[in-house]
Amino acid sequence: MLKAKIQELMQEPGCATNQAKSDKDRKKGCGKSLVPGAAAGGCAFDGAKIALQPITDVVHLVHGPIACEGNSWDGRNSWSTGSDLYRRGFTTDMTNLDIVAGGEKKLYKAIKQAIARHNPPAVFVYQTCVGALIGDDVDAVCRAATERLGTPVIPVNAPGFVGSKNLGNRLAGEALFEHVIGTIEPTDCGPTDINILGEYNVAGELDQFRPLLAKLGIRLRASITGDARYREVAACHTARANMVLCSQALITLARKMKEKWEIPYYEGSFYGISDTSDSLRNIARMLVERGADPTLTARTEALIAEEEAKTWALLEQYKPRLAGKKVLLYTGGVKSWSVIQALQEVGMEVVGSSVRKATEADKKKALERLGGDEEKLADAITPRDMYAMFKDGKADMMLSGGRSQFVALKARTPWIDINQERHHGFAAYEGMVALVREIDLSINNPIWAQVRAPAPWEV
Amino acid sequence: MALIVDHNKALSTSPLKVSAPLGAALAFMGMKGCLPMFHGSQGCTAFALVMMVRHFREAIPLQTTAMNEISTILGGMDQVEQGLLNIAKRAKPEIIGLISTALTETRGEDMAGDVKQIRARNKELHDIAVIDVSAPDFSGSLETGWGKAVTAIIRQLAQPSGNQAKLNRVNLLPGVHMTPGDVEAIKDIIADFGLEAVALPDLSDSLDGHVPDAYTPTTLGGVGISQVREMGRAKLTIAIGEHMRIAAKTLEEKTGVPSLVLDRVSGLEAVDLATDMGATIAAAVTTQPLPMLGELAAERVIVGDFEDLEDQILEAGGADLIIANSNARQVATRHGIPLFRAGFPVFDRLGAAHLTTAGYRGSRDLITALGNVLMEHPGHAHAQSEHSHGHSQAAAG
Repeated sequence: MLKAKIQELMQEPGCATNQAKSDKDRKKGCGKSLVPGAAAGGCAFDGAKIALQPITDVVHLVHGPIACEGNSWDGRNSWSTGSDLYRRGFTTDMTNLDIVAGGEKKLYKAIKQAIARHNPPAVFVYQTCVGALIGDDVDAVCRAATERLGTPVIPVNAPGFVGSKNLGNRLAGEALFEHVIGTIEPTDCGPTDINILGEYNVAGELDQFRPLLAKLGIRLRASITGDARYREVAACHTARANMVLCSQALITLARKMKEKWEIPYYEGSFYGISDTSDSLRNIARMLVERGADPTLTARTEALIAEEEAKTWALLEQYKPRLAGKKVLLYTGGVKSWSVIQALQEVGMEVVGSSVRKATEADKKKALERLGGDEEKLADAITPRDMYAMFKDGKADMMLSGGRSQFVALKARTPWIDINQERHHGFAAYEGMVALVREIDLSINNPIWAQVRAPAPWEV
Repeated sequence: MALIVDHNKALSTSPLKVSAPLGAALAFMGMKGCLPMFHGSQGCTAFALVMMVRHFREAIPLQTTAMNEISTILGGMDQVEQGLLNIAKRAKPEIIGLISTALTETRGEDMAGDVKQIRARNKELHDIAVIDVSAPDFSGSLETGWGKAVTAIIRQLAQPSGNQAKLNRVNLLPGVHMTPGDVEAIKDIIADFGLEAVALPDLSDSLDGHVPDAYTPTTLGGVGISQVREMGRAKLTIAIGEHMRIAAKTLEEKTGVPSLVLDRVSGLEAVDLATDMGATIAAAVTTQPLPMLGELAAERVIVGDFEDLEDQILEAGGADLIIANSNARQVATRHGIPLFRAGFPVFDRLGAAHLTTAGYRGSRDLITALGNVLMEHPGHAHAQSEHSHGHSQAAAG
């Protein structure tokens, strides 16, 4: 059953990357086989956890040996404005004996204890490699627990060995679709209710665009899943439109919600100025099409004009300090073209951008912004080549995830974290100003001249 | 004398325990020219890697055999072979640590046998030491894996001195609780006696934050293979921490070098030092039910998690100070108790690698730091008692 589900996810018709493929390639699916000794990145379980953990008021219980939860809990920088239950790590901590005797009874007991102590609106149970290997039936345990204990217990069947982090994101979406969304009927539906899919409130980014929506009278029914409450997600099938942010993660969920509840969706981004505007515009369009007050369109345009003017004015001060500086973007490439635009607007030169996870359409846009220079677009840059770029002065700084930070820092090159562990929110208009400010602080920090200068005894 | 209590709970909440393979990988970080690899699915590596990066704020070389559904069913020998060959080709290491995980141990892989066959048929691997370590996640914790890795390295590399002359040298086997700063401090003290110290592993040479002159895909430093081979020529082995006893014993059996296991080096174990200074232990929680815990000056030692710590603190009516890793931060915040971060992982403070509590200076600095925390939070646990009056003034003075 899990196999069939994975097959289906791999051939997602709503995925832009998939649409650009030939029939033959599409059948092969999108799972790249991982190379032993040269692989990087998390497993499917990790991906499922990233996508669901931000639901703040539930117990997230990991059925596996200590590594899966013990080595990772409270490590994701997803913020909450409410409960902090999601920040505790729950695990069955399987030991030798559980592996020999089977872990189902222990799992049931663990669920029962968690409910007794914390009384959550739901428990999410994550299967792992070892639980799957010894044949523990997590689905059955969750079903029994739901019936006997009266609290929804949701199985998340994404053991690490089935694939990559991204596959795990999508399996998490499946769990929400099958077991959560539509299980509660709200009484307060409105004509401007929307959901945001694929937003995890890293460093509080939700509040860089939630106020914009509020100004337009648009209500966020549920964020899936940043800063979410279980009951909001369970009732989110009543929203009038879905905005899909990290489309590669939850596009299947968006498509299925459209098929089942006729909720239209738009794939966009809140990174970059023009992308933020486009996203607001499309949310307004979808709502008006579904019967919201048509003045929303004009109000949205007015807000966009006001915010854009304000943002460009704020960015003006950075131009003289950043003009001509060379930046390497190493982001996985999701919508990197919108960030490229903003950096170019303040006068920086983007010397390279990775497009590892970008769709064909995104790649085309990025290439346009880079003046058609294909050499600047890379799937992956080896650490050795990256190090050489810094040493040879081909890049003055890098924006990337934590994994490659030391390549830059050991080459005495400024670096900014724009991945999930980042400490600053970079979303929407406000976030773009924050990003440029961080770049300025980093690249113009006086310490770089000192650490690059030879020691007195070397001169 | 403390009573050791192990509830063997079905539900671990806010775990204190970190996995054994991570401990084994950490030990290999102190080997020069090394690139360790987990034999498991790629998440095993990703979690361990991220945790070490966050603690040390350093580049961590760690690879994976990237087990998938098919190799989990058919066996992972091909994955191991491909992994070793890829690492040999790309990173050209001197040594590869191959560490098993719960996944491969549950399906019963014969990793050691596989490695023998793989080495025999691939001459690219002949000049690389491949150390296999069995350290499944379902057995033991951080220090277990660290101890197993050090023992495996000794078994495979250390040699008796034979006819060679003894060197003016001491072998140091630091425990996993020792920071790069601690290892450096103990090496300095040994040098002060006119002796040379060789630490296995030596994190003070690799995870100390130095900047190399060129790109390095392996560890940035550490103890070299040739130095480990020469350990039989030392006069004495000093192991620090009970979890290093087996490694010390193995080295002694293999080389004849006498060994000494020290529980702590002066104020090494903060808990012990605190009781030496008159502190009362309101709650003690650990990960493994070891007999030596009975000697702790506490009423009970709980084998458990941070939820147990919280329950114990509540039962004791409060505490003035928590000494634990960063994962105690939620408990500390909920009860307004200051947290002194020690152990692994410390991911929400800078300088974890350099925090030095070993030796005279280390003890002095630790006492000072603990004292300063208490001075900033005077009389916390005694807010309702006779101790509270005048505390704020005393602290200010």
